[in-house]
Amino acid sequence: MAHDWNDVFLLDRPEREAVAEAPEARGGFLRRLRESLGRTREALSAEVQATVAQALDEESWERLEEALIMADVGAVTTADVVERLEREATDTGLSGEALGERLIELLTEQATVGDGHIDLRHRPTVIMVAGVNGTGKTTTIGKLAWHLVQEQQLKVVLGAGDTFRAAAVEQLAEWARRAGCEIVTGDDGSDPGAVAFEAVRRGREQDADVVIVDTAGRLHTQDDLMAELAKVRRVLDKQLEGAPHETLLTVDATTGQNGLRQARSFSEAAPVTGIVLTKLDGTAKGGIAIAIARELGIPVKLIGVGEQLEDLRPFDPGNFARALLEP
Amino acid sequence: MFDGLSDKLQATLAELRSHGTLTEDDIDRAMREIRLALLEADVNFKVVKAFTTTVKERCLGADVVGGLNPGQQVVKIVDEELAALMGGTAAGVAFAPRPPTVILLAGLQGSGKTTAAAKLALHLREEHGSSVALAACDVHRPAAVEQLVTMGERAGAEVYRREGETDAVAIATWALEETRRQGKDVLIVDTAGRLHVDADLMDELVRIRKATRPTQVLLVVDAMTGQDAVNVAQEFAAAVQFDGVVMTKLDGDARGGAALSVKAVTGKPILFASTGEKIDQFERFHPDRMAQRILGMGDVLSLIEKTQKEFDEDEARVLERRMRKGEFTLEDFLSQLKQMRRMGPLTSLLGMIPGFSGQQLRNLKVDERELDRVEAIILAMTPEERRRPELIKGSRRLRIARGSGTSVQQVNRLVKQFDEMRKVMKRIAGGKMPDMAALLRQGR
Ligand SMILES: Nc1nc2c(ncn2[C@@H]2O[C@H](COP(=O)(O)OP(=O)(O)OP(=O)(O)O)[C@@H](O)[C@H]2O)c(=O)[nH]1
Ligand SMILES: Nc1nc2c(ncn2[C@@H]2O[C@H](COP(=O)(O)OP(=O)(O)OP(=O)(O)O)[C@@H](O)[C@H]2O)c(=O)[nH]1
Ligand SMILES: [Mg+2]
Ligand SMILES: [Mg+2]
Repeated sequence: MAHDWNDVFLLDRPEREAVAEAPEARGGFLRRLRESLGRTREALSAEVQATVAQALDEESWERLEEALIMADVGAVTTADVVERLEREATDTGLSGEALGERLIELLTEQATVGDGHIDLRHRPTVIMVAGVNGTGKTTTIGKLAWHLVQEQQLKVVLGAGDTFRAAAVEQLAEWARRAGCEIVTGDDGSDPGAVAFEAVRRGREQDADVVIVDTAGRLHTQDDLMAELAKVRRVLDKQLEGAPHETLLTVDATTGQNGLRQARSFSEAAPVTGIVLTKLDGTAKGGIAIAIARELGIPVKLIGVGEQLEDLRPFDPGNFARALLEP
Repeated sequence: MFDGLSDKLQATLAELRSHGTLTEDDIDRAMREIRLALLEADVNFKVVKAFTTTVKERCLGADVVGGLNPGQQVVKIVDEELAALMGGTAAGVAFAPRPPTVILLAGLQGSGKTTAAAKLALHLREEHGSSVALAACDVHRPAAVEQLVTMGERAGAEVYRREGETDAVAIATWALEETRRQGKDVLIVDTAGRLHVDADLMDELVRIRKATRPTQVLLVVDAMTGQDAVNVAQEFAAAVQFDGVVMTKLDGDARGGAALSVKAVTGKPILFASTGEKIDQFERFHPDRMAQRILGMGDVLSLIEKTQKEFDEDEARVLERRMRKGEFTLEDFLSQLKQMRRMGPLTSLLGMIPGFSGQQLRNLKVDERELDRVEAIILAMTPEERRRPELIKGSRRLRIARGSGTSVQQVNRLVKQFDEMRKVMKRIAGGKMPDMAALLRQGR
């Protein structure tokens, strides 16, 4: 599973010449990296261990359960995991710190499913981003494009497939400007499939490495809009067989148990290959990702940790599992 | 496993009802089910704990144990406590004694503030005849201002924006002056999304609040929010003392436990419900009805209100008479179908009818495209054909199919279904509005 960016992307091209980066972006990136590492280290420390290191009375089991439920892991999954741990504890006499580590291991296992890579070996690789309204699709695309352009020196084309929401195109256009990549747009209210089609056509024409298609936010309960999504997918395949190679679903870490339904319905409309868990910079833990991984076998591939260009990260199941138990 | 909260509670309580008498064990078992259901509905862990404790105490105190019809009593107690937790009657916007009224919207990223700002503007214009302006104070998100400008246009509200200004507080201050100068009744301030733990942005919000002295501060909360809703609400309450909540994305299938949580921990009422992306999908939130809806008792009052707003009463009366006499035509059917659809997606309407629980709704998929097709077919008929569908034969059928982009079979089916429907209507003595839902189900 991915721990850093080199593990996320599968590339088979010789390294391109490094593009000089804007100095302020670089500074910002390093500062943020330091900050986030600092936070993770803190998280690993005393507090996590404290919960489970205490005597294993009824109360501490309850406290574990509470921590997981409060992290949006869900009652059913929580009961399952805690029960397994309890059994192991009785069988093996595991206790204290070892038990804490075992719980984190269990959760890490649960979060580790499928293939966590993003395969960029197609030319161009087409990535479609879908999700419920306001979960962070457009922002994720901006951050991802920036990363691919600036850090991986790839050529990227964006497709403004959200022709519905007010100023959605302008929003993505601003991200394209920041990332330094081209964008293909259509008129407001025009057919999103046509924009997606054109974006891939343009990507091929320009010999781009990656084409990323934005889509309008939609609730998974809206059958007509889910059908529209399936159609965009078909249209992409028509322009380039096998496209989209990657369908990413953005899930807001703040989302509760509804997230599982979201993932299920979106998968039915357009097979989802990975989750982007956004807004993990808040206090929400995104525990629903565990339920999604367990029930649907869809891995989290990327996480969003802010609103700036550099606030996208590879997903690390171990760190994620630890964070779930943080107070 | 993941049935709706209402389904769950109903199942549990139905089980209780079927027993003659209840033991304390029975009640404990019911409480466990309720606890699980509430947790799956994303009600906060601590709120759930407090809730089940209260309900249990009341159940024991009320002599439910061993009493007559104990199941009913438990239902009543759960319902009452749920209603109490959700808050009493519906409140609206508080207006300033002297205009302008200033309403400040705040919330997490993507919760629906900008959309709600425009919707609220339209609501105040339509329901209160207010002149409303919107202040574009999101200087952080790309194209946030453009979004508000477009939405403001749709709402018929002027948008105060200041290009090049990067200080949200300065924009807010200026917008308020502008509101006074132009004699507007209401100023709605849209702000950037922010995390409750982002000290800088929370400080910006506090300063906007100080600068505009809002009559009301509203927290915009996504109905899909999980356990974190409590943290968010508490932090925003501490920073800007919000007065009420706008619940958004209630058109989905989220059970909306966040509504219960936020109300329980802050005591602030939920004032408005946002139920879609379109500008008019916004209504007063009815806490009492919401609690009933959670219990699966149906939201009859909302439905009636909605129906009244959309249906022309005279027209309805005329229709009713014609239905009784069997004079109902495809023309009438078309106009009724259109009215029905104006009220929103059919499934959201059906959800308000008692007896239609979440589970049933999921099975009954009203295919909106099917309705599009029905409309297209009727529109392709001549007025004479709409009045006398029996005319539709042979070449007429083909013409209608071509004109509506459907097939002869589809035209046939519609005509046949309509015929059936007319028969049913005649049978319903003193027939009121026909049960569209049932007819549609029959027709598929
Ligand atoms: N704090 C934080 N905010 C985020 C993150 N990702 C996105 N956002 C913010 O969330 C809000 C919504 O993001 P968008 O990218 O517009 O979401 P979307 O899914 O494209 O929204 P629609 O197209 O309207 O459905 C914006 O204010 C973003 O800045 C994140 O990882 N952390
Ligand atoms: N289905 C549905 N979508 C909604 C509702 N309210 C808002 N949205 C959509 O949710 C997304 C986010 O809404 P915005 O109004 O941009 O949210 P915001 O809080 O202003 O976002 P930021 O300014 O980025 O923090 C958009 O795609 C809206 O169209 C609702 O009640 N139902
Ligand atoms: Mg978007
Ligand atoms: Mg906004």
